[in-house]
Order: sequence, then structure tokens, then C-alpha cells
Amino acid sequence: MPSQERDAFLDRPWKDSTAEPFIRIEGVTKRFGTFTAVEAVSLDIYKGELFSLLGGSGCGKTTLLRMLAGFEEPTAGHIYIDGVDMIDVPAYARPVNMMFQSYALFPHMSVEDNVAYGLKRDGVSKAEISQRVADMLSMVELLELQKRKPHQLSGGQRQRVALARALVKRPKLLLLDEPLAALDKRLREQTQFELMNIQDQLGVTFIVVTHDQEEAMTLSTRIAVMDHGQIIQVGEPSEVYERPQTKDIANFIGTINMFDGEVMSSNDSFLLRCPKISKPLKLPSQAELNIGQQVTLAIRPEKIKMTLEDPHDSLQITLRGEVLEFAYMGNISIYRVKIEGEVVLQITIPNLDRMAERKIEWDDQVFISWHPENSLVLRD
Amino acid sequence: MTKPTDSALTASRLNESAKMTSHRQWVHVVDNFFQSRWKGLSVAIPYVWLVIFFLIPFFIVLKISFAESLIASPPFSSLFEWSEDAALKMTLIFDNFAYLWEDDLYVKTYLNSVKISTISTILCLLIGYPMAYAIVRASGTMKYLLLLMVILPFWTSFLLRVYAWMGILADQGTLNSFLIWAGIIDQPIRMMYSEFAVYIGIVYSYLPFMILPLYANLEKLDLTLHEAASDLGAHPITVFFTVTLPLTIPGIIAGGLLVFIPATGEFVIPDLLGGGNVLMIGRVLYDEFNSNHDWPVAAAVAIALLILLVIPMMFYQHAQSRQINN
Repeated sequence: MPSQERDAFLDRPWKDSTAEPFIRIEGVTKRFGTFTAVEAVSLDIYKGELFSLLGGSGCGKTTLLRMLAGFEEPTAGHIYIDGVDMIDVPAYARPVNMMFQSYALFPHMSVEDNVAYGLKRDGVSKAEISQRVADMLSMVELLELQKRKPHQLSGGQRQRVALARALVKRPKLLLLDEPLAALDKRLREQTQFELMNIQDQLGVTFIVVTHDQEEAMTLSTRIAVMDHGQIIQVGEPSEVYERPQTKDIANFIGTINMFDGEVMSSNDSFLLRCPKISKPLKLPSQAELNIGQQVTLAIRPEKIKMTLEDPHDSLQITLRGEVLEFAYMGNISIYRVKIEGEVVLQITIPNLDRMAERKIEWDDQVFISWHPENSLVLRD
Repeated sequence: MTKPTDSALTASRLNESAKMTSHRQWVHVVDNFFQSRWKGLSVAIPYVWLVIFFLIPFFIVLKISFAESLIASPPFSSLFEWSEDAALKMTLIFDNFAYLWEDDLYVKTYLNSVKISTISTILCLLIGYPMAYAIVRASGTMKYLLLLMVILPFWTSFLLRVYAWMGILADQGTLNSFLIWAGIIDQPIRMMYSEFAVYIGIVYSYLPFMILPLYANLEKLDLTLHEAASDLGAHPITVFFTVTLPLTIPGIIAGGLLVFIPATGEFVIPDLLGGGNVLMIGRVLYDEFNSNHDWPVAAAVAIALLILLVIPMMFYQHAQSRQINN
């Protein structure tokens, strides 16, 4: 194996078929009565990963996390952590700590006692406890607030206490249930990077449950998208974003424009005949397609170019349209453009110049174009 | 042409809005008037109630406790007297209180009352806590069924329920008959007219007063705290002593006082189940009043009991205010 390739594997063990996973979830199913919360989920997670379980509410992500923590028992299947089957191991004996969505700080204990709680249970010596608690609190910058009770802290401070309490036992695996949901936007962004830093420093494996696709994208090494108790795609953030496997995933993660139609062929490439648009659209060349197949052509808003003059580029798909509305977001502008057949596309344009020579505005006639290789073919 | 129309329009609008404002203000004033009246009234009613039915009787009893026993009607001396030089003379007689202190019987009875109610409170806590915990953990319909069963005894007269216990505990009662029938004992066990019977009566009667505040407290408790403790390596028993118990202290104090205070002054249970063998202050009070016709001593017994009970009340108030401040 060339050394370069091996280095790549060090960063991305999931690409290496010989790598041993740190957490192995094998055919795990959880039923509550007749309701199946998690269905036949299998997943390998590697040491040092920051793995996100992403999905809407009720998709089973939290149930899966609770099974890892030991609060729920799987109806079927096995969970291995570091090679040990966890099925009969109670929550208090697992090498796992969890940060709860509500933080679940003990209201009758000071910050210091909250963080020390887990160490006391392990019978760590007093001197070591106070040392480790102090270290942890200074890492989350709460050392001067250690005598306070949780209700005397702000939301962000409580979140950091919860993180310190979960990390002080040096768990092999840290589970985070919607860690940033209760924070405001500014604090959330700041904490995101703090979490990544801490994870980097301590080398703990993180599993994060989130419904926020942006959060999952920025934080994770890999994302598992869940729906109806099943995992529908696992991959690195860029893979999930650029190559979503279904229309649902494409819609859930970011925004995407879609054209439904039938595959037809022309000389060397495949085209899509979309009933609403007179001109057939060229499909990306890598896609495996059959003539007559019903598929969806999808293109992300930022991959579309918009100009006032015809670009005259035969390699690109060019359509004419009219600007319906646009929103100035500071860094980008979002346009909604109506093309023929009442089809409305969303396009995002970076605001490269402070004052464009002629900004595209309402009712402008525009040419929109994209390279077929930047589009995707999705099936239902 | 446009300008005058505009200004006319503006003027009419202004006029209208002025009307609106005055109307609103008027409504506001009326609202305020009724609101403040109602507020005052709703606060006043309970206070008037307390003054009429608690404070005035309390001062009457206090007054009697400083009087002297007489064979007359009413059977006590008057506190205030007009002396010959038309001055109001007040005679406070502390003899009754001194008598309570000097006579062994009273001190012993107080101590015994406190002992019995303390032990009963602890027994209620030991039985009531697991029950409240089980009710909180029970699911849906079962929870309400269990709660209903706790409250159900209140639908029968208290006196009747104590009589029922007499039937159960008597020498020829249900329990003894059953034990003899089952061959566990040959002779009936003497249970009536003992402290044992009084404990059974008090614990049985006051258990709901322990369970309900504990239930309310446990119900509020966030179960994720248990999960968090367990996640941090605490065994279920440790979780109980480090998380559940400390967080239910308000419920324990409330339930404890609701059992302890009425149990200390209890009269019916020691009288019916304890007979003459169990000394409790409620019975002594009753005897002083009805058998000895010594109203001043009876009043002094009542005042001393009140003072005895105010101390734990103050402790509770203090604990509560400290909790609120936290």
C-alpha cells in the first residue's frame, strides 16, 4: 500500500476495509409495543470519529443513542463497544457518557459537585478528583463559577458544565443528544468549534444526535441520515451533500432544484425529457441509465450560474428565465427564477463585489446555466 | 383641493382617536377600580376567616389559661376587673402553666405524645415513600387508580374507620380470629388498648397525608436526572441516595409535618384504640376539660401544645424560605 494512501486511511478509517471499528451496531431493532422506533440498523463507527445521527423528529436517532448509553435495551441485535458486547451491561457500567439535551444537571449540587459526581462513583481519591475537576472546569472556562448552582448559570454555561461532567470520566465514547439545540445562533456556532477542538484534543469518539443538518455538516467526520427508524445513507458530509442517494435526503440536506422526467438518448449521452420544458436537459455522464426510465434531475442552487447575456456555452445547459424575487443575505443572494413551463428554480449567487455593475433585480430576463456534471440523477 | 380634504380627514381621525383614547381610559379606570377591589376582597376573605375562627378563639383560650378555676358558670375567673378606684385591673395567673411543669403527668404526656407522633411520622415515611415512588412510576390508568385508592379512605368518616380498627384488633376481632384459624397462635394476642394499636391507627389514618406531598414532589422530579446519575456510574441505590432523596426533601418535610402536627394532638385514636393505657396530650386535654372541669388547666395544656407545635412549623417555614431563596 503506498504510504500516501495509508495516511489517507488514518484520517478516514471507514475507507479502509481492514480497519477495526470501535463501535459496531449489528442489526439493532427497537420496538415499543407495535411501534418500531429503530429497525435493523447496522453501523460501524471508528475511534476518534465525530459521528452524527441526522434526521427529523421521530426518526429513531435518539432511541439509537439511548441504546448505546444503556437506557433502552434493543429488541434484537447487538452493540459492541471496543469489542465488548454491551447487551447485558447496565448503563452505570458502560464506558460511555452522555450529554443530555436538557443537560440534566443535578439542581441540588454546585457546578463542582456536578462535575465530580462521576469520579466519586468510581472511588477516585479526593486529591485526584479535585485536580481533574479543576482541569476540566478550566478547559470549559468555568473555574471561577465552580461554587454556583446550575440555576445561577446561563444556558451556555450550563451546557459547558454538562460537557465537563460527561468528559471528566474520560469515556471511550461520548454521546451528545442535540448538544446545541438550546443555544442561540451565535453561541451555537462558537460552541460547535469548541466541541471540535475538545474532540481533537482528547481523542474521544463522539456520537452526536441532531436534527440540524447545518450542525451535522460542520461538526462531523461522517453523517448517518435516518428516517423511519432506518439509516438511509452514511457518508462524509460532502458525500451526503453532493451525492444524496434519494430525493428525501437531497431535500432534507440543503436545498435542491428537481426536474422529473424520462430518460432518452442522443448520440453519445443521455438526455432528460421533462414534460414541462421544451428543451431536453443533458444528464451527467456517470449515471447508469436506461432509456425510458423515470428519473429526477437535481441541481443545487449554488451550482447554477445566472447571467444577463447568453453565455453561448455548448457544454452547459442554458435556459431562459425571469427573476421572480430575490433575497439579499449579505454574503450571498438567493434568487427565485421562473423558467418556461411555470418551473421555479432557486439559485444562490455569492456577492463577490460590493456594488455590482448591474445587479440582477425583479423582472429581469436572465440566462441560467449549469454544467451537466454538477447535476445529479435521483430515483425515488 | 387636496390639502383641505387631507387636513379635514386628519382632523376627523384625530378626533376619533381622541374619543377612542378617552373611552379606553374610562374602561381602564373602571377595570382598575374593580380589579383592586376584587384583589383586596379576595385577599381579605381568608384573613377575616382566620381572625374570626382562629385568632379570636385562640385569644379566648389564652385568656382562660391565665384565669383561676372556679365553681361557677363560666368555670373560671375573669381576667379584667374594675377596682374600687375605677381602674381596670388585670390579673394574670401563671399557676396553670407552673402546674403543667410541676406535675410529672403533663411533662410525661407531652413527651409521650411527641414520641408517638415522631415514630408514627417515621413509619409513615418508610411506608409512604416507596408507595409514592411506585405510584409515580406506574403507567397511565394504573397511576390514577393507585392515587384514587390512597384518597378513597377520606370518603368514609374518620371515626368510623377507627372503629373498624377496633373490630380488627380486638381480642375476639378479625385479626386474632384469623391467626387462630390459621393455627399461628392458640391464644388471642392482646392488641387493643396498647401503644401498638395507637401506632396502627395513626399510621393508617395519616399515611395519605405523607403520600400525597411526596407524590407531588416525586412527580415533578426530572427522570433524566436519574439517567444522568446512572450514566455517570451510579448504581441504582446510589442514585436514590444522592439524587432522588435530596431532591425530595421538601416533600418529606411537608408530609412529615402534615403527619406529625395532627398526630401529636390526636384525641380519637388514643382514646378509642389506646384506652387508658396510652398517655397522649389530646386525651389529657379532653379529661381536664370534661371530667375535671378545670378549664384554665385545659386551656394551658392547649396553649403549651400549640407552642410545642409552632416550633416544628417555624423550622418548616425557615426551610421553605431558604429553598425559595435558593
